[in-house]
Amino acid sequence: MLEDLKDAGLCAFFALLIFAPFLGVHLGDGTSGNLTLGPTPERLALAVAATFIARMAMLAWHRLRSKRTAKPSNGAAAARAAKYIGPVLLAVAIIFPLLPGMPNAYIDLGVLILTYVMLGWGLNIVVGLAGLLDLGYVAFYAVGAYSFALLASNFGLGFWECLPLAGILAAFWGVCLGFPVLRLRGDYLAIVTLAFGEIIRLVITNWVSLTGGPNGLLGMPAPSLFGLKFSMAGGPGTFAGFFGVDPMPWQKTAYLFYVILALALLTNWVTLRLRKQPLGRAWEALREDEIACRSLGINVRNTKLTAFAIGAMFGGFAGCFFAARQSFISPDSFTFIESATVLAIVVLGGAGSQLGVVLAACVMIGIPELLQSLQIYRMLIFGLALVTIMVVRPRGFISIRRPSVSLGKAKMIGAELRAEGKG
Amino acid sequence: MTILSVSNLTMRFGGLTAVNNVSFAAERGHITAVIGPNGAGKTTLFNCITGFYKPTEGSIAMSPSLGKIVRLEKLAGHQVASKGKVARTFQNIRLFGGMTALENLLIAQHNKLQSATGFGVLGVLGLGGYRKAEKQAIELAKHWLDQTGLMARADDPAGALPYGDQRRLEIARAMCTEPALLCLDEPAAGLNPRESAGLNQLLLKIRDEGCSLLLIEHDMGVVMKISDHIIVLDHGKKIADGSPTEIRNDPAVIAAYLGEGDEDDPDAPVAESVA
Repeated sequence: MLEDLKDAGLCAFFALLIFAPFLGVHLGDGTSGNLTLGPTPERLALAVAATFIARMAMLAWHRLRSKRTAKPSNGAAAARAAKYIGPVLLAVAIIFPLLPGMPNAYIDLGVLILTYVMLGWGLNIVVGLAGLLDLGYVAFYAVGAYSFALLASNFGLGFWECLPLAGILAAFWGVCLGFPVLRLRGDYLAIVTLAFGEIIRLVITNWVSLTGGPNGLLGMPAPSLFGLKFSMAGGPGTFAGFFGVDPMPWQKTAYLFYVILALALLTNWVTLRLRKQPLGRAWEALREDEIACRSLGINVRNTKLTAFAIGAMFGGFAGCFFAARQSFISPDSFTFIESATVLAIVVLGGAGSQLGVVLAACVMIGIPELLQSLQIYRMLIFGLALVTIMVVRPRGFISIRRPSVSLGKAKMIGAELRAEGKG
Repeated sequence: MTILSVSNLTMRFGGLTAVNNVSFAAERGHITAVIGPNGAGKTTLFNCITGFYKPTEGSIAMSPSLGKIVRLEKLAGHQVASKGKVARTFQNIRLFGGMTALENLLIAQHNKLQSATGFGVLGVLGLGGYRKAEKQAIELAKHWLDQTGLMARADDPAGALPYGDQRRLEIARAMCTEPALLCLDEPAAGLNPRESAGLNQLLLKIRDEGCSLLLIEHDMGVVMKISDHIIVLDHGKKIADGSPTEIRNDPAVIAAYLGEGDEDDPDAPVAESVA
């Protein structure tokens, strides 16, 4: 108890040092327009006391936990739960936009989260399975988006015709990037992919005659439902006109929601299928030990390239959808922070886990949006939440791995045995 | 009949010559051992044969099947296993720790399985003969799990197995590539005498199933008992080449292991200590 007090006292002391310049003084306007500096000890005392109490509570909590018999956390319970969480989440996602009275903004937020889920699943192939740290994933997102925008404006193609083309083009650039850089490993690979992401963005910004430069491109068609457009004007040839309902904004948003849901599920399905097949197993083996792979006759370069290309393809699909949804794109949408967000989703979810990506995308995208009302404290709380998650679950939400094949009953593999991949 | 013929192999790292003009041949169906003091160039020689180093000079001719010759030094790293039919294990075990023993053995059969999936496309769509290929691959994996006594651990992660089991699993994994020549880099390192005896049995069984073996080993109990042919390296040069009995009595080998200067001691008991 005395130790706890000492520890908490030390924390409070550091809090005093840190907060004194911020909270201990108040900068105010004087009567004659000059600035005044007044001490505000009560605010400072509050912060220090809060730190002290929080530290005491934390220590007490730890003491309580260590007293309880340590439960063997073999992940079996988590795995059993995961079996049900997936279908339940899917069911929720399917009925979500159709709930009566659902505000359009919420459906739109759902579309945004699903876009990131799809990007996360795409990047999960590269980072989670193959263990290649890719900091430039946004490049493929941009290639997909601009492919659609350019094909639509120059050749008058619709969303559904452009979708596969955008995926193919992104995969092509994935291979182009992959060929020279996949000899690099770890940090070096990360730096080159980071540079690649920036190069793509800079080319888009500066190639004004083709891409419109910083002004972006405008007027891409939204996806249509078997040729039926979503238009507020109604009339023949539109969704509302065909079904004889009043045109409402949520109809289009809900349709976009289902389109991205389907695209994301396609990504998930392909990944889950591949994981149980030689290619997916080779990716995971590559993450575990590249040299051993080579000694077993696996063509390391080609295997990495397929991971890059397939990951890039799904990034391209997502980019195409993004452009169609916004009907406006500019280089500002494809900055490094996007790559970082998607990577954070993958890492936070537990690299390699599909369900983890969904949870992490909800946290990473949902929390900042839902906390809009807290204004300036939004990012503070968000940062705190991320730090807390990584302290509590350092290998992500779901860090166990289910074997791709088993003779008897499949046993879950804990994170401590899994390699994280060195590129 | 020669399965592997190394001629005038030299490997230099900058100014250091790790392997100097070494030539030898390994017979098909034999266990050939490479021994030598620490730093003699054994592992470098191994890495040249298994495609991890490109030799500076010389050639390595491998005969994966009768009447066929493959020049290993001209192949890309991964082709040594797929085309040359040479499999290897590592001095420091390199298993896929986060994957189960069974998965480890299936990855070893990657090339065969991958072509059965139509390079991934048919596999994703569930078409083609992948199921059958996978069933066969699992049968082969089971065979080697059985041979190495790891059947009960098939679904356990490789990283969680005890050291001796990991050694045997690595051999099983190499055998799942269906090699003509299995190269083992110190397979008995860190094994207790009982495990070591078990390893001898396993290696003899592998030989009797028709696979030739090349092994680096420090444990003379293993080398002298099971080898058909021994090559001795010292300072990158081959100093002796012959049957275990010949090697045991070779003065150059004794000198290399125990230092020179005991020529004037006629009944040198050193041979026993080498053995």
